[in-house]
Amino acid sequence: MHNDQSTSADLSATSAFKGIARPVLVSALLFMVVTGLAYPLATTGVANLLFPSQAQGSLIERNGQAIGSRQIGQYFARPEYFHSRPSATSGPDPQDPSKTVDQPYNAGASAASNQGVLSKKLLTAVEQRAIAYRQENGLAANAAVPVDAVTASGSGLDPHISIANANIQAQRVARARGVAVDRVLALINENVDRPQFGLFGDPRVNVLALNLALDAAAAPARPAAQ
Amino acid sequence: MGYDLNQFIVVLAIMTGLVFVTGPWLKRIFTAPGHNIIERGTYRLLGVDPAEPMSWKRYGAVLLLSNAAMMLLGYLILRIQQLLPGDSLGRSSQTPDLAFNTVASFITNTNWQAYSGETSLSNLSQMAVITFLMTVSAATGVAAAGGFIRGLSRKSAGDIGNYWVDFTRVTYRLLLPFCFVLALIYVWQGMPQTLTADTVVTTLEGARQQLIIGPVASLETIKHIGTNGGGFFGMNAAHPFENPTPLTNTLHILSMLLIPSALTYVFGSMIANRKQGWSFFAAFFVMFLGFLALVYGAEHAGNPMLSPLGIDQAQTATLGGGNMEGKELRFGIAQTSLFVTTTTAATTGSVDSMHASLTPLGGLVPIAQMMLNNVFGGDGVGLINLVTYAILTVFLVGMMIGRTPEFLGKKVEAREMKFVMLAVLAHAFSILGFTALACVMPSTVDSLANMGPHGFSEVLYAYTSGTANNGSAFAGFNANTPFFNTTIGLAMLVGRYLTLLPMLAVAGVMAAKTTVPAGPGTLSTATPLFTGLLVFVVLVVGGLTFLPALALGPIVEHLLMLSGTTF
Repeated sequence: MHNDQSTSADLSATSAFKGIARPVLVSALLFMVVTGLAYPLATTGVANLLFPSQAQGSLIERNGQAIGSRQIGQYFARPEYFHSRPSATSGPDPQDPSKTVDQPYNAGASAASNQGVLSKKLLTAVEQRAIAYRQENGLAANAAVPVDAVTASGSGLDPHISIANANIQAQRVARARGVAVDRVLALINENVDRPQFGLFGDPRVNVLALNLALDAAAAPARPAAQ
Repeated sequence: MGYDLNQFIVVLAIMTGLVFVTGPWLKRIFTAPGHNIIERGTYRLLGVDPAEPMSWKRYGAVLLLSNAAMMLLGYLILRIQQLLPGDSLGRSSQTPDLAFNTVASFITNTNWQAYSGETSLSNLSQMAVITFLMTVSAATGVAAAGGFIRGLSRKSAGDIGNYWVDFTRVTYRLLLPFCFVLALIYVWQGMPQTLTADTVVTTLEGARQQLIIGPVASLETIKHIGTNGGGFFGMNAAHPFENPTPLTNTLHILSMLLIPSALTYVFGSMIANRKQGWSFFAAFFVMFLGFLALVYGAEHAGNPMLSPLGIDQAQTATLGGGNMEGKELRFGIAQTSLFVTTTTAATTGSVDSMHASLTPLGGLVPIAQMMLNNVFGGDGVGLINLVTYAILTVFLVGMMIGRTPEFLGKKVEAREMKFVMLAVLAHAFSILGFTALACVMPSTVDSLANMGPHGFSEVLYAYTSGTANNGSAFAGFNANTPFFNTTIGLAMLVGRYLTLLPMLAVAGVMAAKTTVPAGPGTLSTATPLFTGLLVFVVLVVGGLTFLPALALGPIVEHLLMLSGTTF
C-alpha cells in the first residue's frame, strides 16, 4: 500500500487552519462590496439608462398623473370596469391601524390564501365568489364560472384575467357604459396578451390596460371619487 | 395540452443545449492555469497564494470559516438595518432569532424566509445582505463541486485544489457576468431596478396603491442562477415585479438548471469520461420528467372539490383552466408546473405559485424532490449528492455480487462509505427528527394555516425545505416563532455542511488512492444500465426513508380528496 494517504492527512491536520484568519475576514468584506454593492449598483445605473420606465416600475400615466403599473393588478368594483381576480392581500384597518383587514390588490404586501384544496375556508370563499359573479354579470344560477374569476392568485396582484372571464364581463360593462357589446368585445380582443414568441405562457387580458382602453374609447367613467 | 407539451419540449431542449455552452466554460474555470488581473488583485488583498495546494481538510476549513464570517457580517447588517441610511420607509431591524434564521438561510443557499421582503428589508439589506449572500453561497457550492470533482479525478494526490481560486473564479467569471446580462433582460421585460423604495399611485377607481420597488432584477438573476430562491417580495416569483412575463418565467427556469446540468458535463470532462457525465445527466433528466408529469397531470385536472360549485376548470382556447388557486394567469398550468418541478429539483425554492394550494399529488412532488435532493439539485451540491448515491449504488451492487466495489477505477472502502452514509443519514435525520419534534410541540398547531393532513404537510415541508436547502414553503405556515426560526435554522446548517463536508472528505480520500485496472468484475458506471440502477437506488433509499412521512401528509390528503372530506 502507498502511504501518501497517511502523510498528506498528517500534514493537513496541522495546516488546515494556518494563516486562515486574514483571508477569511477580508473575503467577507471584499465580496460584500463586490457582489452586494458594486454589482447591484452597476446594474441599476445601466438599467436606468437603457430601460428607464421599466426600471422604475413600468408606471402608466394619465393626464400627467401616475395611475398604476403595467405589471401590477388593481382592484375594480364598479360595473363599468372589468374586474380583476380575487386577491388575498390585506392591509391595516384605516379606523384602527393595529388591526388588519382585507385589502385586495395591496401592492405594499403581496399575499396568497395558501389554502389547500380541501380547505373549508377556500371552498366557502369560492362558492360565495361564484354566486356574486353570476349576480353581477346576470348569469343563470347554475352557469359555469371561469376558474380564474373565483380563485385568488399567488401574488394577490395578478394583473390578468382569462379571455373567457373578460368575455362574460363584457355584457355588464357594455350595459353600464351604454355601448354596444361588440365594441367592448373588440376592445378585449385588442388587449389580449398572446403567448410570447407564440410559445410561452397562456393568452390573457391585462385588466388595467383594458379598462384604460375602455375609458379612452367608450364614454369615460365618472371621475374618480374622493 | 399539445401547446403545453410544446413549452416543455422547447424549455428542456434549450436547457440541454446550454449544457454545451456552460459546461466547457465551467470546466475552464476549474482547470485553467492562468489568473487574470482582477483575480490576482483579489488574491493579493486576501493575502493568499493561489498556487497553494489544499488538502480536503484545509479546503473544507476555509470554506466553512469564510462562510461563517460572511454569515456574521450579514447578521450584523440585519441587526442594525434601521440605523443605516437610505431607507425612506424606515423598516426596522430584524430580531436576533429572525436575523439568525435569515443569514443561516442565505449562507446555506436555502433562502427560507421567515420574513416578508417588502415589509422587513431595506433596499440596502436586499443588496448588501441578500444579494451578497446569494452570490457567495452559490459560489461556495460550485467551488465545492470543483474541489470534489478534482479529488475524484486525481490519483495518488494529496490535494483537491485551492478553494480561494475556485471561489473567486466562479464569482468573477461565471456568476457576476451571467447575472449582469440577464438582469438587463429582466428589466427590459418589466422588472424594477432602482434605489427608490416605493411609489404611490392613485388607481383608476381612485384608491391609493403603494408600489414597493427596489433593486429587484439584480437579485432575481443570482436568485435563480445561484439556485437560491429567496424573493425580494413576500410572494416571491409569483409577484409580477419578480416575474413579469412568461419569458422571465422561462429564463428563471433555465437559470435554475444552468449550473446543475452543466456540472454533469464538467464531471465527465474532468474525469476524462464524457459518457459518465451524460449518464448522470440522464439520471437527473429521467427523474425530472417523471415528477413533471405528475405535477402537471394533477394541476391540469384541477380541484375536484370545485366542480360541484359550477366552476369551469377545463382548458379551452379562452381559458387556461386547472387548479388556479395560488397561481398567476400569465403562466398558466404548464409554465407553473415546470417551475414547481424545477425549483424543487434544483433546490432553488423560488416559487411562481403557492405550493400550499397545489393539489395533494402536485404538492407531493416538491416535497419528494427535496427529500431525494438530487434531481439536478442545487448549484454544486446536486451533483455531489448524486455522486453520493452513485457510490452507494456501486457499493450495494458490489455487495450483491460479492466484489469490492469500485468507482472511477478506485476501490470504495469502509472509510469513504462511512462518510457517504453520514451524508445520507444526516439529511434524513434532520428532516424526520425535526418534524417529529415539531409535531409533539403543542404550540405547533398555532402556526398551521390548514388543518388535517395538509397541516402536517406544512411542518414536513418546512423541515424538508430547510434541510434540502431549498427554501420554498407551504407558505401559510407561520414559521416566524423562536422555536421554528431556531430549529429550521439548525436544519439548514445540518443539511448544508453535514452533507458537503463528508463528501469533500470522500473526494480527499479518493484523490489519495491509486487506480486499479478495470477487470471483468468491474461494473461500468457510464452505461444506461448503471443510470437505471442509480435512479432505482435513489428512489428505493428515498422511498424507504420518507414514504411513511409522505403517507401521513399528501398521500392521505389525496385519498381524502377523492372521498370529498374537507377541513
